[in-house]
Amino acid sequence: MVVPVLNIHLFIHPLRTAALLPSDHRQYQKTVVMSSAESPRQESSMPPPASKIVLYSFWQSSCSWRVRFALNLKGLPYEYKSVNLAKGEQFSPEFEKLNPLHLIPVLVDGDVVVSDSLAILMYLEEKYPQNALLPADQRLKALNIQAASVVNSSIQPLHMLSILKLIEEKIGPAERLSWAQYNIEKGFDALEKLLKDSAAKYATGEELYMADVFLAPQIAVATGRFDIDMSKFPTLSKIFESCKALPEFQASLPERQPDAINLLRSRFLEHIYE
Amino acid sequence: MASGGVEEATKLKLYSYWRSSCAHRVRIAMNLKGLHYEYKAVNLLKGEQFSTEFLKLNPIGYVPVLVDEDIVVSDSFAILMYLEEKYPQQPLLPRDLQRRAINYQAANIVSSSIQPLQNQNVLKYIAEKVNPDENLVWVRYHIGKGFEALEKLLKDYAGKYATGDEVYLADLFLAPQLCASIKSFSLDMTPYPLLSRLNEAYNEHPAFQAAMPEKQPDTPVEVRG
Repeated sequence: MVVPVLNIHLFIHPLRTAALLPSDHRQYQKTVVMSSAESPRQESSMPPPASKIVLYSFWQSSCSWRVRFALNLKGLPYEYKSVNLAKGEQFSPEFEKLNPLHLIPVLVDGDVVVSDSLAILMYLEEKYPQNALLPADQRLKALNIQAASVVNSSIQPLHMLSILKLIEEKIGPAERLSWAQYNIEKGFDALEKLLKDSAAKYATGEELYMADVFLAPQIAVATGRFDIDMSKFPTLSKIFESCKALPEFQASLPERQPDAINLLRSRFLEHIYE
Repeated sequence: MASGGVEEATKLKLYSYWRSSCAHRVRIAMNLKGLHYEYKAVNLLKGEQFSTEFLKLNPIGYVPVLVDEDIVVSDSFAILMYLEEKYPQQPLLPRDLQRRAINYQAANIVSSSIQPLQNQNVLKYIAEKVNPDENLVWVRYHIGKGFEALEKLLKDYAGKYATGDEVYLADLFLAPQLCASIKSFSLDMTPYPLLSRLNEAYNEHPAFQAAMPEKQPDTPVEVRG
């Protein structure tokens, strides 16, 4: 997979430059995670896990994004290990041992290895119940899971790169975008209907839960990569604005990940030495 | 276990379509947990999911929907998690966190990597834009990829069932997918020995047998056999 040129504009915006070039990117990430001044949660954090959590991630992966967001929300520090999908690093023998399915994200927590963003989030929720991502109320819990499922099953899989490539092969390059947009808009229509009575600041009320963890990266990808017009989706737009205001979300942005920053650096240097 | 004659039979209602693999997952769970329920058929081919009455229950218009007195839950995964919490008998998840994770992962391979790529909307699209014969190629390709992944994922965990000797969440997702793949899409199961063996085990389990598409109240007469 070639990194699309389209995304370069995310790196050259002057206001972002300072945030993109700290000398120790992981330290920056941890610092943001620990600060809960604007956290949507009232509960205090529990002590961190005994051994460090490791997250195998790729900056552009929206599934990895969900997990980064959730780890930040739960105040869980972690080591970021990048797996460059563009270079096929998911097929390395080392990664194959972790996940023979060659998919990211993968979370390693001591002896436990969990793959798949939904499985990881359920694991985190059960092991680290602080800053709960599922509400106690049964109706709201079910609604959160349903909204997450719509994103996880009905939207994201249909615009994965591998599927878009297939569509391009079988139908044509022009079809890629219209296929992706059609499925995203269908899913967003469904989510608007599903959440219109429950949404307030976040998807299911005044507190952020699992639905938001799935929605925010999905909306970002929909607008950034597929030009979805969000004015048709006022409920989702409002949810997205609320999530964007959180330092936990900001720290999880693709362009703030170590592998994105390294890419920016190396392209900057290539440009200087051209 | 559907439409039992006892008082509590009407307490739980399941809106289902005989052929829906998502509804199939929930039917298995209800049977496993010994839960009587009223079967409410929603004919997807006739568009009954768009009736005013049904949209009030689930504004997205999908089955399955579970109604438990005043609680309404939609989406198979959400329903299964609800049932697991409210009716903890015959747990759908093991205690061990690693094994729980494998169950969630296997369930998700089915519900995100396979099933959405073979639903009616997608198949209609492919038939129109490419040609109708492409549907089978497309479906078999995606099921094949998913089954290959499941063979790898489960090989170190499977026992009598997908993740050990007890039935768990992964089995509830696998059985309907296997059923559809074999019966509707005539998938060649030779490359998938573990899944083939699991399919045999499901075919012998009463809770799975009673949940089969061909045994539901709304199964067409010609399919019932």
